[in-house]
Amino acid sequence: MPNMNGMKIALIGSAIAALGVITAPLYVDLFQLMQLTVFAAMAILALSLGFIWGYGGILCFGQTSFFGLGAYAYAIAAINYGDSTPALVIAIIVPVIFAALLGYFMIYGGISDVYLGVITLTVSLILLNLVNSTAGDFYKIGNARLGGFNGIPGVPTINMPGDSSYILSPEQAWVLTGLALIAVYLGLRALIASTFGRIIIAIRENETRAALLGYDPRVYKLLTFMIGGAVAGFAGALYVNWGAFVSPTIFALGLSAQIIIWVIIGGRGTLIGPIIGCLLVQWMVTEIGAQQTLDANFILGAVLIGFVLLVPKGIAPTIRDLVASRLQRNKSATAIEDVKP
Amino acid sequence: MDIAIIVGLDIISGIASLLLISAGLAVIFGMMKIINLAHGEFLMLGAYTTVLSVSAGINIWIAMLVISPIVVGLIGVIVERCLIQFLYGRLVDTMLATWGLSLVIVGTTTMIFGNTIVGVASPLGGFKVGQYQSSLYTPFLAVMAVLLMVLIWVVMRFTRAGLIARAVMQNPDMAATLGVNPAKVYMATFGAGAAISGLAGGLLAPVAGIVPTMGAAYIAKAFITVVGGGTSILWGLITASGLFGFINQIAAFLTTPVYGEVILFIAAVVLIRLLPMGISGKFFKGRL
Repeated sequence: MPNMNGMKIALIGSAIAALGVITAPLYVDLFQLMQLTVFAAMAILALSLGFIWGYGGILCFGQTSFFGLGAYAYAIAAINYGDSTPALVIAIIVPVIFAALLGYFMIYGGISDVYLGVITLTVSLILLNLVNSTAGDFYKIGNARLGGFNGIPGVPTINMPGDSSYILSPEQAWVLTGLALIAVYLGLRALIASTFGRIIIAIRENETRAALLGYDPRVYKLLTFMIGGAVAGFAGALYVNWGAFVSPTIFALGLSAQIIIWVIIGGRGTLIGPIIGCLLVQWMVTEIGAQQTLDANFILGAVLIGFVLLVPKGIAPTIRDLVASRLQRNKSATAIEDVKP
Repeated sequence: MDIAIIVGLDIISGIASLLLISAGLAVIFGMMKIINLAHGEFLMLGAYTTVLSVSAGINIWIAMLVISPIVVGLIGVIVERCLIQFLYGRLVDTMLATWGLSLVIVGTTTMIFGNTIVGVASPLGGFKVGQYQSSLYTPFLAVMAVLLMVLIWVVMRFTRAGLIARAVMQNPDMAATLGVNPAKVYMATFGAGAAISGLAGGLLAPVAGIVPTMGAAYIAKAFITVVGGGTSILWGLITASGLFGFINQIAAFLTTPVYGEVILFIAAVVLIRLLPMGISGKFFKGRL
């Protein structure tokens, strides 16, 4: 397996990153730490799409649906239970069930990429309208008022498991989110290296051939879609935990587009790519927000078009290919020298 | 009795607005098999063109029926030349690029006009059904939707351009061997689709709140209609608009408009499970 070396690099890199995450509160001020926390939550969201699109070949344009459902599920459960541990579990279960239902209709219907993209995008828009319309006392689940377009403020943030009075400080929340990002990354890495991962890649490459070899593509695609939903939901819970607030804009088109842009910029078919893409774009959007002349949508759109036209593979695979071809050239150059005398 | 007439009018107007907002998208999808994700922005540009023309003193009918389609159609041709033509054969990339385009258009419009709602007054008055009041603009939209369908049918069925378009739709390679340049046909298609979207945007201007982000309000319905209808331009569009418009309005009447949209969407997803190629992929295969 050629990936063994890559796995080793990933493990070492993750260990260094984990060390960085844990020590960051010592030398980064609180404001930047909060900024990094939301970046990390978003990077987990980027991983979810990077996984299902880059490896499963499922073109989901509405990954925000699962992100938003996870966020709302966490908020509602946390308000009702007053304890974040069951809320986190619910924030994963709800999007998975939704992904299973939606995925069943789409994947077992055997619809094409184009249709799948359009339907998932539409789902997120419908959810936006639906949640927007839930203003008023009538719409509440347990003690949690859905609040329509005002959203749900004052969501309890994460506490120590088993002790709901011990609430994590912002520094601890950062460490938790940062480590969660690394854990999700390694988990998906391991999943891709497993038999399951190889089967879904085989299906991405050639669905008919995989089916003829005895693997039902529909089952594997549905499972991939559900795993993507779970990861996105988890990211949503961490996101709510960052701001203690959730509103329907979480389902809006802007975020759906951003997730796609993260993965396009970073590169499909890698896991580190979407993380890099996410961090770059998030940083860029923050910088754009600081000035008045240029609109953020304008820049994001231009970046998306530029990458689709000029760097369709994305940053990470392009760099990897460059390095590989450089190595290859060096090798063949020495080979020629060997022959010369 | 009066309420039945009002609900009937609602259903007709629901179907008509689905036809109008989806037609441009359906033309591009039927010919090129791509979904133009900047479709909502084409509608928005059509609406803005009408508003600007009216405030410049131009008659509103000329603004919405002539200027909007021409302006947005030209924008469509420019977009095809500068962007889409480089991505033929890469369906997914085309969708991504049009999504980028949609963000660019929203961003540009926001920078120029700001994020405020503008509008034009409805040019037609109202009428009474018993105790209910309704706007004459609603039946007008229905008439325009029918006229648009007839226009598309006549062009596709009886003109040389329509003949070439149908040939490329059925088999681009075969059409190319017979001397048709599919790239040119696609350029014209994209322009025509954009022009139809511009017309629809202009027609919706008096009944919509016009903001740079207004496209998002329409695309969900337009996408569902086109995907549900399948690749046959006319039959897919008409059957899907009829079915979904009916379901949407009945559900909205019984519950709320938002639930109406949700029920419409659920119906569409079930339909896609049963007919993965859309209605026209099953019943009107190879028809217009």
